[in-house]
Amino acid sequence: MNWTTVCKQEDLTSGTGLCALHNYEQVAIFYCGRTESLYAISNYDPIGNAYVLSRGLMGSVGEEPVMISPLYKQRYNLETGVCLDDEETKIKTYDVRIENGEVQLAA
Amino acid sequence: MGECALWGGRIFGLVAPGYAMAKVAAAHIVGDKSERFIGADMSTKLKLMGVDVASIGDAHGNTPGSQSYAYNDDVSQVYKRLVVSDDGKKLLGAVLVGDAEAYGGLLQMMLNSIDLPENPEALILPVLDGEAVPGLGVDSLPDSAVICSCYEVTKGQLQAAVEGGATDMAMIKAETQASTGCGGCAALTKQVVDAELANLGYEVKTDICEHFAYSRKELADIIRVTKIKTFDELLDSHGTGHGCEICKPTAGSILASYWNEYVLKDEHIALQDTNDIYLGNMQKDGTYSVVPRVAGGEITPEKLIVLGEVAKEFDLYTKVTGGQRIDLFGAQLHELPLIWKKLVDAGFETGHAYGKSVRTVKSCVGSTWCRYGVDDSVGLAIEIEDRYKGLRSPHKLKFAVSGCTRECAEAQSKDVGIIATENGWNLYVCGNGGMRPRHTDLLAKDLDKETLIKYIDRFLMFYVRTADRLQRTSVWLENLEGGLTYLKQVVIEDSLGLADELEAEMASNIGNYQCEWKTTIESPEKLKRFSHFINSDQPDSSLAYVVERDQRRPARPEERNDNQIETVELVD
Ligand code: SF4
Repeated sequence: MNWTTVCKQEDLTSGTGLCALHNYEQVAIFYCGRTESLYAISNYDPIGNAYVLSRGLMGSVGEEPVMISPLYKQRYNLETGVCLDDEETKIKTYDVRIENGEVQLAA
Repeated sequence: MGECALWGGRIFGLVAPGYAMAKVAAAHIVGDKSERFIGADMSTKLKLMGVDVASIGDAHGNTPGSQSYAYNDDVSQVYKRLVVSDDGKKLLGAVLVGDAEAYGGLLQMMLNSIDLPENPEALILPVLDGEAVPGLGVDSLPDSAVICSCYEVTKGQLQAAVEGGATDMAMIKAETQASTGCGGCAALTKQVVDAELANLGYEVKTDICEHFAYSRKELADIIRVTKIKTFDELLDSHGTGHGCEICKPTAGSILASYWNEYVLKDEHIALQDTNDIYLGNMQKDGTYSVVPRVAGGEITPEKLIVLGEVAKEFDLYTKVTGGQRIDLFGAQLHELPLIWKKLVDAGFETGHAYGKSVRTVKSCVGSTWCRYGVDDSVGLAIEIEDRYKGLRSPHKLKFAVSGCTRECAEAQSKDVGIIATENGWNLYVCGNGGMRPRHTDLLAKDLDKETLIKYIDRFLMFYVRTADRLQRTSVWLENLEGGLTYLKQVVIEDSLGLADELEAEMASNIGNYQCEWKTTIESPEKLKRFSHFINSDQPDSSLAYVVERDQRRPARPEERNDNQIETVELVD
């Protein structure tokens, strides 16, 4: 797999997301410091029709890590991209990792 | 109101018989002669010169052979008496002075001939800690039992309303009118409603979400008493999982209400809704609105020109709001700090339009210009807005001040409304516009300014302490046991002995005030968040606008001719 660096580990703030431009696509990257987990999903909110997901809240539903859209509050599983409030809707997910202090997305 | 007729040569002098007569009279007017007035129960609960008194049925023991129990406490000025039948099995009447809590239960027991417990005296003896409260389970009442005697609402009607979807007291009141008359049945009505909710399988629980088994009020108590300063501490000590869109902003709001730290501190940032993180209100296309504070709606021409110039430079859609300030729409993330730098330099502050917090204090022009004005409403509005600006609360708060009783500022539709009188200021509370409008209630009259502000301090902090999440002051008051009377006791008479604490909490909150935008534009670290991409300076290329009435607005889907919008991927 080819990996591209998009930002530094220190750019991440626990419990929040940020948005990276990656191969002409907008990718929302979320970091949870409590579990040291990193997630990457599309930044496009298919229900609100806007590129805003990186600005949503993070949380959990049972064991599932989720993010909540800032527009109309639908919840998305951060690992699978499936919308918990509308199972027909699923958003794209990306492979993401931290390597030598850099945050990288799979090409 | 008065009575319709002199019935049987007697005057009842109470609302319930009056309503019953009116009902019969109305039936006869429309031709229904079958309704008849056959007398009325004289039981009632009143407040006489500040003392609760109640009388039920045969309060004087006039029934032959009746026996009675009495309890007298001169120290707290409480007197209670039960009149029971000669066999000691049924309740015939009661008198309650100084403490009429038991009224609803005893009344039902008498009206429905429910058997007395083995030791009837327990019904009027004070409850000591740890003992179960004696009384009657609402389950023992027949469906026909009249719970609210002012509006003749039966237990069966309440149950039907609950089944029909009225699941809280506010909805029950709207639906059935129960406990909207004298209010004496409020506690009993709530018991019937809660019991029915439980019967229907609703769990009557107040947990705010799956992560905390506490209500907002309980969380507020925990944070205040244990002096917890961060969400992580709270989650580790009292919660599970990683939080959600309900508990995180709630905790963020409570932490801010008590400690008022900068909301963008690293340990608080993950708690905030996007509006709070970017200090603006997100609009449907992901851009934000900019709303500087214009205290009391007073603005100099110079500052108005600055707003116009900034709006022009960034091509922001401009609109005057109902709160007497100016909204600028369509700012992108990277533009927010540039815009706010200009505004802060020109002397503006954040308007906190993005937070659940004190928004605006609307005012009329008052005695400085108006021919009718009796006091300076603008001056007071500015002073009050400066005092409470930024106070985080369970829901947004709107205030207004009118310079005389003509009420041009519409203060009686606000959470806090103030109206000038010849003798000082009248303070009104718990009104709102919006989805379910409610007029305010008068809390206190003819106050001097110092007392006025003291009462507002206490009122606001008491609301912050005890309200539910997203509960506006109007709904909070409707659900507050004891209602307006109780609120007056807490705020004016200091019945809970909390006044000093509430005032101190408000003073500390005010002492920690900062303009969040000023702090933010001075911090290069925080400014890093204000860019659409972490790895590029490009803006969001998907935004599209059209011009309407000389200003831009977001393009509707059918107006867009690009193909940049991704289509929704379906689960396979
Ligand atoms: S409320 Fe009274 S003082 Fe204020 S503008 Fe109206 S008439 Fe004038």
